[in-house]
Amino acid sequence: MSTSPTFTLDGREIPFEAGQTVLQAALTADVYIPHLCYHPEFKPHGSCKVCTIKADGRHVSACTWPARHGMVVENATEELDDLRRTLVQMLFAEGNHFCPSCEYSGHCLLQAVGYDLQVETAGFRHFFPVRPVDASHPEVWLDLNRCILCELCVRASDEVDGKHVFGLSGRGAGKHLIVNALSGRLADTDMAATDKAAEVCPVGVILKKKAGFRVPIGERPFDREPVSAQAARYAPRPPARHREED
Amino acid sequence: MSIASPAPQPAAALGAILERHDRRPEQLLQILREVQEHLGHVSDDIQAHIARELHLPLTRVRGVVGFYAFLSATPWGRYRVLFSDNITDRMQGNMDLLDHLCRRLLLEPGHPSEDGLVSVDTTSCTGLCDQGPGLLVNGRAIPAISRERLDLIAELILEGRPVTAWPAELFAIVDNVCRADMVLDNDLDPGDAVRAALARGDMSQVEQAANTRSWREANVAPPQGPLATLNEIRSANLRGRGGAGFTTAYKWESCRNAQGEQRYVVCNADEGEPGTFKDRVLLASHADLVFEGMTVCAYVVGAGRGFLYLRGEYRYLLGALEETLARRRRDHLLGRDILGTPGFSFDIEIHVGAGAYVCGEESALIESLEGKRGIPRNRPPYPVTHGYLQRPTTVNNVETFCAAALIAAHGGDWYRATGTPKSAGTKLMSVAGDCARPGIYEVPFGTTVAELLAMSGAEHTQAVQISGPSGTCIGPDEFERRIAFEDLATAGAFTVFDESRDMFEVARNYAHFFAHESCGFCTPCRVGTTILAATMDKIHDGHGTPYDLEEIATLDRVLNQSAHCGLGHTSCNPTLDTIKRFRPAYELHLKDLDFEPAFDLDGALRRARQMTGRDDPGAHLTTEPES
Repeated sequence: MSTSPTFTLDGREIPFEAGQTVLQAALTADVYIPHLCYHPEFKPHGSCKVCTIKADGRHVSACTWPARHGMVVENATEELDDLRRTLVQMLFAEGNHFCPSCEYSGHCLLQAVGYDLQVETAGFRHFFPVRPVDASHPEVWLDLNRCILCELCVRASDEVDGKHVFGLSGRGAGKHLIVNALSGRLADTDMAATDKAAEVCPVGVILKKKAGFRVPIGERPFDREPVSAQAARYAPRPPARHREED
Repeated sequence: MSIASPAPQPAAALGAILERHDRRPEQLLQILREVQEHLGHVSDDIQAHIARELHLPLTRVRGVVGFYAFLSATPWGRYRVLFSDNITDRMQGNMDLLDHLCRRLLLEPGHPSEDGLVSVDTTSCTGLCDQGPGLLVNGRAIPAISRERLDLIAELILEGRPVTAWPAELFAIVDNVCRADMVLDNDLDPGDAVRAALARGDMSQVEQAANTRSWREANVAPPQGPLATLNEIRSANLRGRGGAGFTTAYKWESCRNAQGEQRYVVCNADEGEPGTFKDRVLLASHADLVFEGMTVCAYVVGAGRGFLYLRGEYRYLLGALEETLARRRRDHLLGRDILGTPGFSFDIEIHVGAGAYVCGEESALIESLEGKRGIPRNRPPYPVTHGYLQRPTTVNNVETFCAAALIAAHGGDWYRATGTPKSAGTKLMSVAGDCARPGIYEVPFGTTVAELLAMSGAEHTQAVQISGPSGTCIGPDEFERRIAFEDLATAGAFTVFDESRDMFEVARNYAHFFAHESCGFCTPCRVGTTILAATMDKIHDGHGTPYDLEEIATLDRVLNQSAHCGLGHTSCNPTLDTIKRFRPAYELHLKDLDFEPAFDLDGALRRARQMTGRDDPGAHLTTEPES
């Protein structure tokens, strides 16, 4: 048996397979690196920057940076966690996130990462953007107030559902999620509650109707255990729909 | 895709545009830009029509329209006036001039007139800093704006005369070359550099045969022709002129050696860095040299197709550039079997941008060439292996291609004789701001800042912004530093500020520029540049405290460490540099408090005052302690 290549992460040896990124290798080894826009079933694209690490002294996104044999990676340092806290504060400031009244509390990755990094203050003046709720679709809610622009729904609808229901428009602070209908309403798209795009949202923008609070607050995944203890849950795997086809 | 309303009847112009672009998805941006030019906007119905014709989801089309500043889904008016808003325009009084025009036209900035005739707004630097303030009317550039010229413009608009029928003198843009050297004074005729590269190839094959060192080398060596010119580029020590200074020969070689059947050469003429205008001059007066360099590059890397990505603000150069390309095709300098060389086929297509600074970043530029939103890609892989349509692509700056053409003609040794040991050749500097003679100065690398200031007649200089807002801001104690990759690396902007200028205001203008131009892909840049600009405004409005300076330092660190691309990384430079070197300029604006909220009680009543028409003391709230 040949020995697989490894890199060190905070002093620990992490094996990896060719083609894996630092984040993918770490999660496979059940080692947690904070992240938001990464999803185990999709090709990472590196927009949230919460997974920023230092690889051989250079700041890079762990989710997109290719693992290399002998690389020295810093992850859980005070400097990097401080950076991540600021990024999480920025995401909270940019949208309208009211955890106490949010149906997704306890499922929400932004909330979970915030708790895990011990983000205790707002940090920045909140933007309070005006973002409408789209309740037009019979099966799915779209509450853009919580959107962190991770593009997972865009990727899921393009790559798995083949429907292109979601897209992005605007730029800079004006960047926003759009849906594939001239009317701009979700009801006028091909969206279905069974779509992959309906289950990938990390923050509760896309919620299935008639399923709210089915799992009580207090018994949800991040209520029971901090996200950092669930690293293996995020180890890379092929998208569910592709798996079924195997 | 579901579309609720019936298909609209597309205008005849739209059909012709779609036809001309062969309904190819990668032409999407070019199609949208031309529709915008024809119809003044790209309505929802037309977007849906284009989406159907190109077999693209509507989200893709909407995403592109929403990304580029010069595209719009709603009408902006038959005349769209955009004032350039670089710091140099500000220094030349563009805001007063904008007010003047708005008063003449009876409208508010940013809002089209009720009759749909005209709108007035601002835009990022249009590259006319040496003859500013500048503006664009329906995409056509007008320099040297004054009240008199605006009065004329207002008359022309009110009488409804088409922009094409406006007096030509309004659009007269000059080169302002104040110092010429090897590039601007070149003695090449069209075709000279390409001929030299082809001839060198032939000679080198003879030499190779005569001097074969070993049978292995001789057998595995690919055709010698292009490699001989690559060697000259290498020995010239040519480095990229776009700012990053990457070794050109290494880039070309990597592209040449990359796997792939089709290769591309891309000229980055998206000169968006505020304060830079040298590419405008090269494209206006030395277009042959630019195309010559691209053709030499195509010969070296083995590319069959090239693109010139022209920034939207330079749209007015398009006609002349197309004519130059047509002439070069007639002269067999482009097209099939160039200069009768079998197999050496190359042609160039011009793509016009639509108002997005970030597209100057090479991978964002490639996305834009593919008709997408200009979002910088993740790297690796790099464009040399996975560029346009994921194929090997060489992207270089306009000035780099000019230098490459000179090297192909005169050789690497000749080129390297100018400049410093680490920075060969010359650099075109775009000098503007507080100096007697703004314009283009082509100087050998190694020239000091003080020398350039003296040449341009700058006096009482407080600071120079080198390479625009993403570059470095230096004060008098550093004026002996040199323009060179090993000292002050630069894309060419050289903006001079005399002692009368408030360096805080300079940084504030730049902070707004970055917030406006951020593509929005990554959190630190999308949110960070917005907060940075808001914090600078808070200080400007007299509500800043030392706490805000700390917050700026935090934002600068986050941007520098975690942004996705160069735009984000460097967007903190203007505040970092000015706080370090001109801290008193900030402190003048600060309150003597540790913290003050950005929320302004009295400001919150502004709207209510406007609605009720009141402005008496009772309609105001004060947060100041009464004295």
